[in-house]
Amino acid sequence: MQLPDAETLCRQLAEQIHSNLQPNTALIGIRTGGEWLARRLHALLGLRQPLGVIDVSFYRDDYGARGLHANPQRTKIPFPIENTPVILVDDVLYTGRTTRAALNEIFDFGRPACIELAVLVDRGGRELPIAARYCAHTLPEPLPASQSLRLEQTENGNLTLRLIHA
Amino acid sequence: MRNPQLNRHGELQHLLTLDGLPREVIISILDHATPFTEVAEREVKKLPLLRGKSIFNLFFENSTRTRTTFEIAAKRLTADVVTLNVSTSSTSKGESLLDTIDNLCAMNADMFVVRHSASGAPVLIAQHLQATGRDHIHVINAGDGRHAHPTQGLLDMYTIRHYKRDFSQLSIAIVGDVLHSRVARSQIAALTTLGVPDLRVIAPKTLLPSAVEKMGVRTFSDMREGLRGVDVVMMLRLQNERMAGALLPTPQEYYKVWGLTPEKLSRAKPDAIVMHPGPINRGIEIDSAVVDGDQAVILPQVTFGIAVRMAVMCMLAGQ
Repeated sequence: MQLPDAETLCRQLAEQIHSNLQPNTALIGIRTGGEWLARRLHALLGLRQPLGVIDVSFYRDDYGARGLHANPQRTKIPFPIENTPVILVDDVLYTGRTTRAALNEIFDFGRPACIELAVLVDRGGRELPIAARYCAHTLPEPLPASQSLRLEQTENGNLTLRLIHA
Repeated sequence: MRNPQLNRHGELQHLLTLDGLPREVIISILDHATPFTEVAEREVKKLPLLRGKSIFNLFFENSTRTRTTFEIAAKRLTADVVTLNVSTSSTSKGESLLDTIDNLCAMNADMFVVRHSASGAPVLIAQHLQATGRDHIHVINAGDGRHAHPTQGLLDMYTIRHYKRDFSQLSIAIVGDVLHSRVARSQIAALTTLGVPDLRVIAPKTLLPSAVEKMGVRTFSDMREGLRGVDVVMMLRLQNERMAGALLPTPQEYYKVWGLTPEKLSRAKPDAIVMHPGPINRGIEIDSAVVDGDQAVILPQVTFGIAVRMAVMCMLAGQ
């Protein structure tokens, strides 16, 4: 399957978001792919609010089965969440469980004015009632569960999509 | 023989002592604690990691700080925590330790945090759980007799790493009642494992265990000499309640010779930090001016202790 160019998708996503921006809109990227993407969008959109970064490890619903194996990083939300319009940014939208975990975590910081979801690619396979308001590319057919689609960042900072067969 | 604290995959099953705990496990606990320090700054100081787990704090010996920080750690992880004090429990009516444990297991306990005046009580509980096929229940030693206080040792390591970064460059002095101190044993075990090149113990001869040099430390009986050039001063509490017989002259005399005063502290490096596991005896083992001075990190130790205990609980329950 031919994957679209992540850099092009990133610019398209910024254009989609741009027309709906409010003066105090803030971005929160989900580690790690979503953080890279959010960093790029933050620069392209010239936002005033500092960038937020979230690590949802502590909020995952499979924690009981998987445990604390990976090394979780700090969540950093350097602006008041209260009454702020938030755009949650992730690289690939799949089951929706990561988004669910991120929503729960954000509400532990306060009550935002609203939360919208922006993703680079929707790969299908949702297990929760979650949809992205902004999405640069939807795969024509849902990917099988044995395959993993992820965003990577090269040494010079370029974003690329990679498909991994398990 | 397999380390009784680790399961067959080398993961932490119980936390009983830092003695013999592999370096990578200690480092992993410290690494896991870091993101937990940030939870206290949130509007909702809670993470859902241990939602639905029942944690029993069993305190057969008095403690305020350790009990409270374990309780806060469990609550910040959304566990249900029950604290039992011996004075109000059925052990005062003659129930044995393991009968108490069996009863709490029948209430579907997931974890025990145990403080006991008898060395080895948490190990006994862990062995009992294993022998009765209850491997899913975890034990954390919150201080047993003169044996070990592993979470205190770990929070001390976290504090040292926070301020001094690299263990392999440090001179560290442990000062005071080493003989009665489970804290000192845990500190020495961890500091040795983490590769501290210059580890010193400063104490009156009567308060030194007989084979302390075998633990890889240098001993000093002159405090000013022992503190010369150290990066970290780890004070111990003078344990009056464990003092049987005349090991010491009066508290006033102890303060004169062994109390940490600003003058004695000036022998250490100018940026040395001063630690104390609490509760502090002002004017006995440490001068008020040092406790309240810039070099003391005694209160940050308490705060870090919550994050470290959260990390330990999660690593056990997440297996």
